[in-house]
Parts: sequence; C-alpha cells; structure tokens
Amino acid sequence: MATRLMFENSCEVGVFSKLTNAYCLVAIGGSESFYSVFESELAGVIPVVKTSIGGTRIIGRLCAGNRNGLLLPHTTTDQELQHLRNGLPDQVVVQRVEERLSALGNCIACNDHVALAHTDLDKETEELIADVLGVEVFRQTIAGNILVGSYCALSNRGGLVHPHTSIEDMDELSTLLQVPLVAGTVNRGSEVIAAGMTVNDWTAFCGSDTTATELSVVESVFKLRESQPSSIADEKRKSLIDAYV
Amino acid sequence: METGMFTVHQTIGSVLCCKCGVPMQPNAANMCVKCLRSEVDITEGLLKHQRLVHCPECDSYLQPPRTWIKAQLESKELLTFCLNRLKRNFASNKVRLIHAEYIWTEPHSKRIKVKVIVQKEVLNGAILEQSYPIEYVQEEHMCESCSRIQANPDQWVAAVQLRQHVTHRRTFFYLEQLILKHGVAASAIRIKQLDQGIDFFFSNRSHAVKFVEFLGKVAPIRSRHDKQLVSHDSKSNNYNYKYTFSVEISPICREDLICLPPKVAVSLGNLGPLVICTKVTNSIALLDPFTLRHCFLDADQYWRASFKSLLTSRQLVEYIVLDVDDVTYHDIGGTRYGVADVQVARVSDFGKNDTMFYIKTHLAHLLNPGDHALGYDLYSANNNDIELDKYRGLVLPEAILVKKSYEEKRLKKRTKPRAWKLKSLEMEVDDRGRVDHEKINSEYEQFLRDLEENPDLRFNISLYRNKEYQPSEMASVTDGEDLPSVPLEELMADLDLSEEEDEEDSMTE
Repeated sequence: MATRLMFENSCEVGVFSKLTNAYCLVAIGGSESFYSVFESELAGVIPVVKTSIGGTRIIGRLCAGNRNGLLLPHTTTDQELQHLRNGLPDQVVVQRVEERLSALGNCIACNDHVALAHTDLDKETEELIADVLGVEVFRQTIAGNILVGSYCALSNRGGLVHPHTSIEDMDELSTLLQVPLVAGTVNRGSEVIAAGMTVNDWTAFCGSDTTATELSVVESVFKLRESQPSSIADEKRKSLIDAYV
Repeated sequence: METGMFTVHQTIGSVLCCKCGVPMQPNAANMCVKCLRSEVDITEGLLKHQRLVHCPECDSYLQPPRTWIKAQLESKELLTFCLNRLKRNFASNKVRLIHAEYIWTEPHSKRIKVKVIVQKEVLNGAILEQSYPIEYVQEEHMCESCSRIQANPDQWVAAVQLRQHVTHRRTFFYLEQLILKHGVAASAIRIKQLDQGIDFFFSNRSHAVKFVEFLGKVAPIRSRHDKQLVSHDSKSNNYNYKYTFSVEISPICREDLICLPPKVAVSLGNLGPLVICTKVTNSIALLDPFTLRHCFLDADQYWRASFKSLLTSRQLVEYIVLDVDDVTYHDIGGTRYGVADVQVARVSDFGKNDTMFYIKTHLAHLLNPGDHALGYDLYSANNNDIELDKYRGLVLPEAILVKKSYEEKRLKKRTKPRAWKLKSLEMEVDDRGRVDHEKINSEYEQFLRDLEENPDLRFNISLYRNKEYQPSEMASVTDGEDLPSVPLEELMADLDLSEEEDEEDSMTE
C-alpha cells in the first residue's frame, strides 16, 4: 500500500527518508509524526533508523542503498557511520564513498539487482556501487536528465520515471532494469519523482500533495496492492521450507 | 541528423493527468488543460471594469492627465485607447495580450465591452490562454474646450480693456499673434473687438492679472484697475466684485516720426529732436536718422513724459531715388545702416515738375537710383505739434526716408497667395461703432507685408504653412531682385491631427 505523508509541511518525503527492502532511514526531525508513520507501516518487518548524514536531514538525497548495502557520502561523520552500522541489520554493508558528487541519492537509482548511475561518477565509485550494493551498474540519463536518482523511483517490481521520458528511452531502461516502467508524476504534477516518494517492494510513501490518480499509478506500477510484507514473508518461508525440507 | 549520426526517434509518451487521470501529453504542469484552468485563473488581478471619461459634445475620451482623444465607437483608435489603459495592469500581472475585439453594445448604453485573450505562464512554465470580457463605463464629463463654449460669456468676473489711441489696428494684429503664440488668452471666456482696442473677459481675476502681466512684457503699457461691488454677504464676510483692468498701449508705433519734447531729448543726451521709432516691445527703440544715435525708452520712462508722434506711418509718402552719393556704413545695435546724401523726388511729382530734394538718409545701404522709398514729407507737411514749436531755430529737413518700398514690384507680381498664413483669435466684433472693413483688410494686408519685409517682427510669432498654396513654376523664373518673403523653414506645419487641431482651436476660443 502507498501512504501519503508530510515532513514538516514539506511534501518532498523522498528527501527526508530512504526506504529499502531491508531497512528504512528517517531524518531526525522536529516532529515525531513523520517517524511514527514509517514505524506504524514497517514495524516488526524492517528496522526504521533515525539518522542524519553529514549533520543534515536530507538523507534521502545523500545516500544510496538497497537490501545489500548502503553507500554514504564522504560528508558522513564517523559517529553517524557508527550509528548506522549499529542500527542496520548485520548483512547490510555500510560503506562511505569518497566521491566528488556527494549527493549520492540524486546520482544513483537502484533496486536490489540493477543500478542506474550519473554519467560523471568516478570509476572507483562505480566499482563500489557494484560491490557494496551487489548490482549491475549502468550509466544512463532519464529524459535527458543526468540526475537519474532524482527523476526515477525503482523497486524490484517496477519503476516510475520522469513524465517526459520518451517511449524508446523507457523501453531501453526497462530492458536494462528488467522491470516494467511507467512515466508519471507525484505531488500533483511534480516531475522530481524520487524527491516526492520513496518505495520498496511492498510499500511506498508519497508526499501528501500526491493525487489519487498519481497514487493509483504508483500502486499499480510497483504492484503494491497484492503485495504485503506477510505475503513476501510467506514466499520466503516457502522457499526456506523448501530448502529446509 | 545532418552530421549523419544515428539518433533514436523519440516518441512522446502519454502520462495521466495528475488531477483527473486523463491520458495526455506530458506538459510543464503535468495537468490537463481543463484541470489547469480549474486550478489557476490567469485573469485574476486583471481589471475587468474601467471608467472612461467621455465628452458628449465632441465625442472624445480623456487620456489622463489632460489630453482628449477623439474616437468613434467600435473604432480602432478607441480599442487602442482602451487597451492602453490596461497596459500597466497586464505588465504587472505578467500577462501577454493576444487578441482583443469589441462585443457589441447599444451606443446609448454608455458601456464599451471588449473581449480580450491573454496568455500567462503558470506552474513552472506551462502557458495558459484565456479570454475574458472587460467592461468600460463611460462617464460623461465635458472637456475643457466644450465647457468653455457652453459657458455663459456674460458671466465674466474680470475684464481687460486694451486700448491704443491711434488710427490704425496694426499693433493689435501683432499683439493678437503674440497672444496666440503664448496661448495667454486661452482662459478668456469672451474677446470683443472694439474701435480702438480689444476687450478680454475672464471668469477669474487671476487670469486677467496674468494676462495684463503678459501685456506688460510685450508692449509699453500703462494700466490701472478698478473693482465694482456686485454683492456682499456681511454674515460670512464674502464680497463679490467685478474687476476691470484698463490697459493703454503707447500710441508710438514702429516707423513713426517723433519730435521729442525738450526734456526727454535732454534726458536722452540731446537725442534728436526728430527721431524715428524703429521697434516697439516693452520698450521703445528710437533712432536719430541723421546722427544714427540709438536709444531705448522703457514704458516707465515713456509714461513719465508721454508724447505723441509727429507723423505716423499712414502719412508716408512714396519717393523715387534719383541719385545716391558715396555711402558710409555704420553698424548700430546689430543693424547695418548706410549714411549718404541722396537725391529724391516724390512719385506724385515725378514727370510733372522738377521738384527734387537733396536729403541725408540712413537707408543708403538699401537704396539704388531708381528705387522707391517711403518717407515723411516734411516739406509739404503742415505741422501743428506743440513740441516742435518749442524748438526755435530747428531746421526741418525736407524729407526723411523711413523704408524702402516694394510697391512697384508687388504690382508687377500681382496678388499671389502667400505660402503662409496666420491663425487668428476668435473675436466678436462690436458693430455699434462704424466699422470700415475695407480699411481693416488693407491694414491687415499691410501688416502681412511688414511681416514679410521684417524678420525681426516675425521672430516672436508663429507662421503656419498654407496648405492651399502651390508654388508655381513661373514664380521661380521671374526676374531680378526678389520681393522679401518668408523662407519656408520658418513656417510651422499646421498640425494635422484632428485632436491637436482642437487644442489649437480651443486656444483661439
């Protein structure tokens, strides 16, 4: 299910939070309500960690991560790094990246298998992305925008891209990502998708300006209606049991 | 494409409108046009009601602060005027005007409706177009010139009675042009032409005072004012007066021959006593034709010991120049004079008798043998001037030439329309006294000739191009020495725009 919420009167919830299949990061804010929405949705399934990165609250735009790992910019303090390592599950690799483009969230869009990267990222960073996140990295643009992390939101089940993306670009991207893509908007026509929402395989959080139409697009492309954390757990258990048996 | 590089064809996909979910081409707001329209009203803050001040008499509209623009209903000019009123409003709202047209309204409804289409950029770069009607309400308010026509001319408060006690109206023709040029009589509600002067009526005392002050700057005048109590309210201490300003212009005119009273002559350093007046402004310029001494007499000085002319320009006699002796040139006050002894004969005598005069003149620089000149015939004049009698032993010259005459040449040329014309004040003529129209016309013609001959005189007045005048080929071929005429560069194009013509008209009213 997709949830609409607000961070201190701002609808850009993707800026202040980071949601993956294994953990959720939430900015340390003045109000507890933002955190509690995540907590009520995700409690017991994945850890919700309150943090800042480099002393700022715009954590969603500064870090990139998936189920396997979390990349942090060089502005991250040791204390924050330690706090995240403590808060996140053990199998998640937390790594600080010495990259000139420090807003990693804007430069990298990823799910658990594939990542799209800013065309100007260092070679070393690209290798780190591949190693830490365990993904294949493609340098791409979305509708002519090099900030791929800002203009698309990805999960393992689908992706939402900038509304101006042409059909040919969309075909190419969905071939690379191996997930269906849809051009759309969030927050009543905002094209900065990743700033307006954050998504994982079974839930999404959108800014409260998001209209019903946009929400229904989000839910259908990320296939959120049929998927519940319990069903995923069931699937996992099934395979586990398979393995167990 | 031209470089031969392979480029992928880009098909623009469709996204769902973020409000209503209709598939549409992505735009800057990512909202379909209908939703965008419902979301934002670009006509917000634009003026939809306006008031126009309209003069019902001359069908013109007030362009603040003071201009009146004549325009018909449903005309292009009116549309331009209406939209100009909104220009600033459009600019401040960052709206671009695309189209405007009238919506028909009844002519007597006093409403003008204009449908305009505007464009504006909304929500990060989407351009929205919208049409809306503007209603202009006509407020009837008579323009200044119309209200002046409508005003009752008998309701004057101040009257200026301008007089000059001479036999001709030349001074008034000149003053009329000065008044027109400076527009000082614009506030006069009635102007009345009388036998030896003009009466100006004003609705306000201050207008009259201003007018008298103007006269004091252009002519040697003497004025006094009186007031008559019309009504009186002792309770509120209100007094209602009618003011009368009596203004007298000195009777001395240009080209007059004057015999100065001994006192004046002494005070001017033994000038004259026979002098010619060369110029009249707020002071009188006198020239002794024999010694070429030059001096100015201001209005105060004149009125302290006023004197009259010995002979006036109406008594000028035409002479023919027979011989000019050697000329000596002098520059006096910016004007060049040539002093010489000349031999002249009266035109009336010419061929009849052998009366000739051997006289001294200051106009030798203009004269050649055979030329005609105008002068005062003191030889046959019968003077009974008191001032002249005071000088014992004064030997009068037989003649004093005053100016060169172009009469002969004018006759040759016949009457040809002038390339220029003058405007005139609209004056009521007082018919009670005897009015000799022929005399006035000939005086006016004389005045126009003076203007042609004398650049100094036309320096202060506005000449307008005569549209009816067509310069003929013949004129340019005609022989010899040209008549003095006004160079074309000095003329003003008569104002063509109808509304400005009105302004000019209103000045004359």
